[in-house]
Amino acid sequence: MSERVAIVGVAQTRFSPRRADASCTELAYEAVKQVMADTGLKMERDIDNTVSCSHDIWDGQTISNINITDVAGGHLRNEEKMAMDGSTAVHYGTIGILSGEFDCTLVLAHTKMSHTNRNIVNNAAFEPIFTRLLGFDYTSAGALQARRYMDKYGIMPEQVAAVAVKNLGNALRNPYAHNKGQVTVQDVLSSPLIADPIHQMEMAPDTDGAVALILASEKKAKKITDTPVWIKGLGVCYDAHYLGDRDLADCMALEKASQQAYRMAGIKDPVKEVDLIELGDEFSYQELLWLEGLGICERGGAGKLLESGFTAFDGSLPVNPSGGLLSGVPANVMGLNRAAEAALQIMGKAGDRQIKGAGTAIVQGHSGFCGQHHCVIVLGKE
Amino acid sequence: MKRNVAIIGGGQTVHAARRHDVNQVEMVNEAVRAALADADMTMDDIDAVLVGNMEFFEGTHMTDCWLVDGIGTYGKPGLKITTGGTVGSTIVCAGAHHIASGLYDRVLCIGFEKQEEGDTGAILSGVAHPLFGRSMAGAAVGYFAMLGSSYMDTYGAKEEHSAMVAVKSRQNARKNKYAHLKLDITVEDVLNSRMLAYPIRLLDMCPASNGATAVILGDEKSAKDRCKKPVWIRAMDTSHNEQFELDWRDVTTTRTIFSKASAARVYKKLGVTKPAEYFDVFEVYEPATWAEMLWYEDLGICAPGEGFKLVEAGKTEIDGPIPVNPSGGVLATNCIGASAMNRIWEAALQIRGDAGGHQVPKDVNRALTTAYGGTNWTVLVALSSSLDD
Repeated sequence: MSERVAIVGVAQTRFSPRRADASCTELAYEAVKQVMADTGLKMERDIDNTVSCSHDIWDGQTISNINITDVAGGHLRNEEKMAMDGSTAVHYGTIGILSGEFDCTLVLAHTKMSHTNRNIVNNAAFEPIFTRLLGFDYTSAGALQARRYMDKYGIMPEQVAAVAVKNLGNALRNPYAHNKGQVTVQDVLSSPLIADPIHQMEMAPDTDGAVALILASEKKAKKITDTPVWIKGLGVCYDAHYLGDRDLADCMALEKASQQAYRMAGIKDPVKEVDLIELGDEFSYQELLWLEGLGICERGGAGKLLESGFTAFDGSLPVNPSGGLLSGVPANVMGLNRAAEAALQIMGKAGDRQIKGAGTAIVQGHSGFCGQHHCVIVLGKE
Repeated sequence: MKRNVAIIGGGQTVHAARRHDVNQVEMVNEAVRAALADADMTMDDIDAVLVGNMEFFEGTHMTDCWLVDGIGTYGKPGLKITTGGTVGSTIVCAGAHHIASGLYDRVLCIGFEKQEEGDTGAILSGVAHPLFGRSMAGAAVGYFAMLGSSYMDTYGAKEEHSAMVAVKSRQNARKNKYAHLKLDITVEDVLNSRMLAYPIRLLDMCPASNGATAVILGDEKSAKDRCKKPVWIRAMDTSHNEQFELDWRDVTTTRTIFSKASAARVYKKLGVTKPAEYFDVFEVYEPATWAEMLWYEDLGICAPGEGFKLVEAGKTEIDGPIPVNPSGGVLATNCIGASAMNRIWEAALQIRGDAGGHQVPKDVNRALTTAYGGTNWTVLVALSSSLDD
C-alpha cells in the first residue's frame, strides 16, 4: 500500500433493547452528529463519501439507506450501502480511499432490532427451496455449528459458557453496553436453553443502535487527529451457503480472510504481534471457533486458552475487552462496533476498558449464519 | 483513480417475465459463464466478486451468501452492495475502486433480479417513508405519473411524445436478442394501451424482468495483455437525493437535482462542454418514457423543455445523430439489480462494435450511462475506447 488510510474518529449511540425514542434516521444521526463534533469535521467541506451498512429486511424499508441519506450527508453526493456486516463497510471504505477517488469517508451502520422479529429476518437468509421451510434461523443453525465444534474437539459446555462470563464481565466497564453483569458459568448454563446447546445468555440480545466512524487518507488524517489508527491489513472471504456443504467446525473463510489481512499487515505470528482482538461473538461458541480461525491457537484449543486466562481482560491477549456482541450490539452494526472499539483502544480513549499499551488490534466481523462471510481488519498505532 | 480500470469482459442472460427453468443461483450463473467466456477467463483469474441485488424484491436476505455456488465466491473475497435501481452501476464503481486501490487486479461485478419471485409494485411502494409517504405511495408508476404530468403541463408535450419513446425502445429491443419486450408496436398501440396512472399507460412503463448481467473489470496490465478491445472507465459519479424534497420532479424546480449535479461533475472531470457531440452513444436508465426525455435535458443533450422535440425529430433513434438506448433500454428490459449494469455493458458493447443487431451505424468511441433508483438517485459512468480522453 503506497497510501495509508486511518480511522480518525468513532462514535456510538447508547445501545438498548428498545430505543422507542428514536427512528432509524434519528439513531444514525445521533452517531453522525457525535463523530462530526468529536473530529471537528464539516460534512460539506470534509466528507466526500459515505459507506453505510443496513438491511432492507431489518428496517422494513425498501433501499434502507433512504432512511439515512440526509443524515449521512448523501444528498446530491456519493453514498453507498453494503448489505452486510459493518466490518465490510470499513473494508470497502478503505478501498475507496486507496483508489484515489475519495479522501475522507463516513462509515455508518444502524439497526433497530426491536421493530421486527429476528427469527423471521434470519429465516429469510436461508435459500427458499430446501432449507427455509425447515424454519432455520441464525440461532438454530448456530446450534448445529456449536454442537459439531464441541463434539469434534471435546469442548465442554462449561468452556463455552465461560465466554459469556468473561464478556458480560468485561461489559461492566463499557458504558455503551446494555447486557452486562458478574455471572457464573452456572448462571449461564441455567439460563433458558434457546437451541441446544445455546443458552439465552450465550447469544447477542436484540439491540437498537448505530455506530459512525470516519476514515481518512494519510495526509488528511494527520490534520484531523494526533491519534490516527492505521488500517494495516484487510481481508474478506465467502464460505459455502448450505450447512451440509462444509464441516461446520472448520472456518475456511475466516482462515483465508485473516491470511489476506496478516499478509498485508506483515504479521507473521498474531499471538506475539497483536495486543487485543475484538471479534464477532454473536454466540458464545463463536468466540472460541473464530479464535482458532484467526490462528490464535491450534484447532480445538480455544477452550483451554480461555480457561488459562490468556484472553481475559488482564490476560496476554484480551479478546472483546468491550464485552463484545454478547453485551448488546445490533445486527449489521456488529462489525463496525468491533472496529470502533478496537480503534478506541489504540487511540487510548477506551476509558475504564482501556488495555494498557494497545498498539495493534485484530477486528473480525461476519455476515450470514455460521460465518458465511468473514471480514478481518488489522489496526495499528504506527 | 490511482490506476486505470477497463471493462475486459461481460455477459448477460436472456431476459423474460418468467424464468421457471432456473432458480436465482442458476440464473446468475448464466451471466457469469457468459462473462467469463467473453473474457476468455476462468474463476481462477478473478480476484474478487461483487454482487448487487435488492433483497426485498425476492424476499431473500443475504442473497450473496446463497449465490456462492453460482458466482464462484466459495473461498474468494467479495462484497454485496444494495442501493436500489442504481446498484448495477454502483457495483461497477465499487469494482473500479477495488482495482484502483491496487489490492485486486480483476474483479467480477454482478447485478441481477428475479422479479417474478416478489411483488415489485408493493416493494417499490416500500421506498416511501413509513410514516409520511407510504400510505400515498403508488409504486414507480405513481412517481413517474407526477413527473409526466408536470412535464406535459410545463412544456406542452403530448401523450404522443411519450408513445414515441415507448415505440423507439421496443423497436430497438427487437434488434437485441437479450431484450425482454421485443414488441412490434406503433404510437397508436401505446395510446390504446391500458391507463395505469395518468398519463402513464401500460406501454409507457418498464416491465418486471428476470435476468442478470455480469461485467469483468481489469487493471491496465490485464486489459492490455488479455483483452483485444478494452473499454476504459473514464469517470464515475454518484448523486443521491434525500427523500423529503417533494418537489423532486416538478420540472420547473430551480433547485440543483441529482441528475444535473452528477452530470456537471462528470463533465467537469472530462472537460466536456457539448455532451451530444462528445459522446457517441447514451444508455440511460428510463423506468418510464418521461424519464428518458428528462435525461436528454438533464444531461445537456438539449435545452430544458426540448427533450420531446428531440424525440419528435427522431434524433435519438438508433441511426440518428444522438443514439439513446439502442439496446431498448429499461423500457424493454428491467431486472432492477441488473438494469444499471446493463446500461454500462450495452454501452461497452457499442464501443467494442460487438452489439450485433443493435450496433449503432457509426463509429463509437465514447459513451455515457446513467442509473435511476431510490428517491431520485443516479450513478453516471463515462466509457471510452481510449485512455487519452
